Amino acid sequence: MVLFLLFFALPIGYAGYLSLRKVEIKGLGLGHGARQEVWAGLANYTDALTDSELLDGALRVLGYGAIVVPVMLGLALVLALLLDTDRIRLASFSRLAIFLPYAIPGVVAALLWGFLYLPAVSPFAYLLEGVGLSQPDLLDGAPLYGALANIAVWGGTGFNMIVIYTSLRAIPVEVYEAARLDGCTPLQIALRIKIPMVAPSLVLTFFFSIIATLQVFAEPTTLKPLTNSVSTTWSPLMKVYQDAFVKGDIHAAAAEAVLIAAATLLLSFGFLRLANSRTKQGASQ
Amino acid sequence: MSYASYRRFLAMSAAVALGGSVLAGCGSSDDGDAGARSGPVELTYWAWAPGLDKVADLWNKGPGKKEQITVTVKKQASGDDLVTKIVTAAKAKQAPDLVQAEYQALPTLVSNDVLADISDEADGARGAFAPGVWQQVTLGSDAVYAIPQDSGPMMFYYREDLFEKYGLKVPATWDEFAETARALKKKAPDKDLTTFSANDSGLFAGLAQQAGARWWTTEGDKWKVGIDDAATRKVADFWGGLVAEDVIDNQPMYTPAWNKALNTGQQIGWVSAVWAPGTLTTAAPDTKGKWAMAPLPQWTASKPATGSWGGSTTAVTNDSEHKAAAAAFATWLNTDPKALAALAEESGIYPAATAAQTGGALAEAPDYFSNQPDFYTEAAAIAKTTAPAAWGPNVNVAYTTFKDAFGRAAKNKSGFGAALTAMQDKTVADLKKNGFGVAR
Repeated sequence: MVLFLLFFALPIGYAGYLSLRKVEIKGLGLGHGARQEVWAGLANYTDALTDSELLDGALRVLGYGAIVVPVMLGLALVLALLLDTDRIRLASFSRLAIFLPYAIPGVVAALLWGFLYLPAVSPFAYLLEGVGLSQPDLLDGAPLYGALANIAVWGGTGFNMIVIYTSLRAIPVEVYEAARLDGCTPLQIALRIKIPMVAPSLVLTFFFSIIATLQVFAEPTTLKPLTNSVSTTWSPLMKVYQDAFVKGDIHAAAAEAVLIAAATLLLSFGFLRLANSRTKQGASQ
Repeated sequence: MSYASYRRFLAMSAAVALGGSVLAGCGSSDDGDAGARSGPVELTYWAWAPGLDKVADLWNKGPGKKEQITVTVKKQASGDDLVTKIVTAAKAKQAPDLVQAEYQALPTLVSNDVLADISDEADGARGAFAPGVWQQVTLGSDAVYAIPQDSGPMMFYYREDLFEKYGLKVPATWDEFAETARALKKKAPDKDLTTFSANDSGLFAGLAQQAGARWWTTEGDKWKVGIDDAATRKVADFWGGLVAEDVIDNQPMYTPAWNKALNTGQQIGWVSAVWAPGTLTTAAPDTKGKWAMAPLPQWTASKPATGSWGGSTTAVTNDSEHKAAAAAFATWLNTDPKALAALAEESGIYPAATAAQTGGALAEAPDYFSNQPDFYTEAAAIAKTTAPAAWGPNVNVAYTTFKDAFGRAAKNKSGFGAALTAMQDKTVADLKKNGFGVAR
């Protein structure tokens, strides 16, 4: 309880307190006493909610998430199912190989991919030129979302695959035997038995993915210096960073952070509830 | 659910690392505390210039030993976050005695009541610096908030061999510069004279400064923001026009792609500052000895001026219990010939003090420019023409808006007029929102 208060409630409470304050400046704002911290009420929140940069950032992140989450989880599920079949060779090697990118820090991954995306230095561009094609600028317009999503998918698929794979291994073998005796093909086993049985871990990975998506920061921040297309407030967390550490306005940043946390909670727990009620319905049928 | 916390840990690691560095900053100044002036004095100095600890050692063993003032340098990361770190530390009354601060950060620091007015101790140093440089540490007032350390007078760098190959003349005016860019495009369509990069606001600020822009001025107790003044608009339209015309590139600087463009001669010029040799050494190692430096092209050929890109100062904080001692060190560091020679040698900086801009470590041209033996003599002559700059309390907002708005405009090749208006509007709106008096 003490730990909870000290390391959880206290920082959140402090952020909440900061978000209700603001600095007021008089005249030129130079010299002693020109700055005063005063109560701001909900002004920081109304500012944040009407800030087009923050809202645009949220929309961008939703678009990015719409690519990342389905692609990453779809891939993870397919790979886990493939690894779970008896016929796969080098199973433990493949498992490790797919998981490995997860062990690479996001910043490093973004840098690696950034180099591959820049046509002037990318080995792919070199190869494409060999066959008379040119690499499109992947850090611009719509391809940028794909480029960013690709980094997240590359890094995150392995982790989600392991989660799904682990729960696949937990399914008793008798279930499969019974299915086979009933004449199920491997594909039918996968679709009718395995996927429904691992639904809870799919829900779980979806839950984590939503949270990670809303908090995307490292990848766009790392790619920003490489292109004019990523603005300093590309994602909501980048906006918080800008306000707190570049503008030095911790009060606005605190309000935005609280809003992002609230939105994350709402989205992720909303999804959990939805998923839970669906499974309960499924169980009662 | 152990992977739950693990996953969150990874996702948040960037944010935690950032927060952690600020906290560490608050704590680290503790050991800088010293007793009253009766005994020996210990000063803490936050700075990012490399090798500064060695220069401080010179002080500790020389003049500092006599006066019993010991300076300890704590290495910091440069850039915008250091300003926030210092402001945060000052709020907790834990700021170090001395800080390295960029010129454009001074109003922000003064506005947060971080910097002490050291005019009593340091006004005598005024004569050692070009007026345009000194004016930036006084903010145009009677106070002195810092001692200039290094400056970045701007110059034009070009590939001497390729200029000859394509029959180009080194541009003396910006009109000639535009003509040169067009001529090059005609002769070698796959090459560019240079690029307009939106990822370093200091470049644009310096170019505007050269044209005579005054971005922040005061009228009574109100700030007047002149980011979209005639001079800046001229500069923005000039570069926006070149980008829209497709005669120069629009990709950002300091990327691997940009390095390659310089190294392979795809870009044959660079508008930069006196520190360019260092950047070129790493960005374009294969073209060593093929570059030459010339004064920045001029708007009015008869009135040569240059802007300043980069450069920093040494400032004393209000939290320091030994302001006089700190000011004495700051003055020694930036005006004493021995200290300046060591700064040029150990930290590789270009001193702001006029007397130190030639001779000593700067007697010989940088290795990369061995083909131009009078590099630093010419640089010193250019530095004398540095135009004054006018910084305000929210340079960070203007700079961020520049990166976003000009970045987008450069990408779209749509001219820079709207981006400049956005920069002005956002800067004014931010001042107003914070309660500053704003004149219109």
